[in-house]
Formats: sequence, structure tokens, C-alpha cells
Amino acid sequence: MNIGIIVFPGSNCDRDVRWATEGCLGVPTSFLWHETTDLDGYDAIVIPGGFSYGDYLRCGAIARFAPVLNSLISFVDKGGKVLGICNGFQILTELGLLQGALTKNKNLHFICDTANLSIESTKSSWMNNYKKHDSISLPIAHGEGRYQCSPDTLKKLQDDDSVALRYSDNPNGSIYDIAGITNKNGNVLGMMPHPERACDEALGNIDGKLILSTLLS
Amino acid sequence: MSSFKARVFVHLRPSVLDPAGEATRSATKRLGIDGVTQLRIGKAIELEIEAANKDDARSKIELMSDRLLANPVIEDWTLEFKDEQKALKN
Repeated sequence: MNIGIIVFPGSNCDRDVRWATEGCLGVPTSFLWHETTDLDGYDAIVIPGGFSYGDYLRCGAIARFAPVLNSLISFVDKGGKVLGICNGFQILTELGLLQGALTKNKNLHFICDTANLSIESTKSSWMNNYKKHDSISLPIAHGEGRYQCSPDTLKKLQDDDSVALRYSDNPNGSIYDIAGITNKNGNVLGMMPHPERACDEALGNIDGKLILSTLLS
Repeated sequence: MSSFKARVFVHLRPSVLDPAGEATRSATKRLGIDGVTQLRIGKAIELEIEAANKDDARSKIELMSDRLLANPVIEDWTLEFKDEQKALKN
């Protein structure tokens, strides 16, 4: 089992993710610079939070053209597990691996808080340690986390059981209280909350550990 | 090859809430201007491009607008050409 964390100029949660996966769970984890194209030998890839390329133009808009992401598309086609957290979720929507888009929070604030969440689907390989409607809390920290999609796309997400996580008390105006979604096959999960910041008991919350511990099963 | 100047205007789709526009609209009242019923904020991208002709330039800019400058899930865009420059020697 090997995990790769993609690092862009401006990523800032890459080391937090490695602390969670390697430090807390003991899974060998390496950093992958965004210019690499070789993803052979990895079982899962994490796209961490931060401000890739300064979030110029739109969050994730420039990152999606990074060489590593072409390889990521083939990695996903072969069934590889991908987790995009926060800016990583924004990048996955820009890349088209996940549907919809993320834009400015309704109240325009950068929200740094703990969000109560409900597990909406356990279809994803990332979520199958939970039960449907389990309640968890995870840290959130974003200015552009308002999930948007067309009514048709929302219906498709619901029909495909691809809505993974919903906010109990919607902080940012996301449609249908969406905090995280998966692709149709369930191997790609994008979420605004930060599971890697809730894996170490020293931080007072280990609700995120179950998401990452699917890597061990 | 000729050089063309163009401006692409990117704006949120009408169905997408623009909270920054709403905040700016509320500031117009504080300025003392009443009656602003709608205010939405977009981005203007000015660019110069070398292309065989205007149609070639247009198709390149349309491609970059769809794929890079705007996110069609939440944004629309319009394109206008500015004064056409002299043909480059080459």
C-alpha cells in the first residue's frame, strides 16, 4: 500500500495529509510534484488543500492543466482511489473528474470552523467504513466552498448515490447542503471538510480517520 | 500572421448567486445612490493573439474561453475584438 500526495505550488495541506496517513495510520506516503507523470505503484492519490497556483483565475483552474493530472485521469480509469480535499475538490471539478463547481461562500467569509456532517452515501470506497446517516464533525477552512450544479446534475448525483457528505447546518450556501461528492464508480471522492485534520487524538477529533483508514483495508 | 486584440468578459450565469455583487450593491446605498436594483461582478480578460486571420483568432479564443477562462458550469462569457493591429511581417 502506497499513497501519493500531489503537491502544487501553493498547496499547504500536503504535510498535514502525510502526517495523517503515514504518522497516524502508518501507510507509506510520498509527495508527488505536479510536473511528474508517473503514478505507477500508488494505490491511492490525495490532492490536498491549499491555494494551487495562487487560485488565480478560479480555484483549481490553472492546476487542472498540470502534467500529473493527465496521468491521474488514467489512474482513475483503472480504478485507482483518489481523494480531493478542499482545493483538491475544486481541482477535481475543474478537471471534470467530478461534476459541478465550487464558488464563493454565500456570506463571503472565509469560514474556519468545525462542521457537523451527515454521511449520505457509503458507496464510495473511501466511505465504506461508515454507515449511512452517521454523524461526524470535521474541520472546514475555505472561502470558496459553495457547491453549485444544475438541477439535472443534482438529480444525476442523487440517482447515482454520489452525494457522499452533507452539512447538517449549511455554512456556505452549497446546493442540497453538499459537502462532498463522488464520481459514478465511487473511487473518486471530493470534499470540502478536512479529514486529515481530524486523525490525531492530540487534536481532539479523530472523525476523519475512518475515511483515510479505508486505505488499510 | 496578424495580431488581434480582444476582450473576453466572463460573468456568473444568471442562476448563480453573486454574493460579492450583492455586497457591492449594498455599498451603493451607503454612498447615497438609491435605485440600484441589480449589480453583478464579472471578469474582463484582455489579450493579444497572433493568428492567420480573424476567424482563426476567434476559434482559438473561443476554445480558451470554454476550457480555461470560464467554467461553463457556473459562468458564461462574451468575446469582443478591439482595434485590429497592423499585419506583422514574417
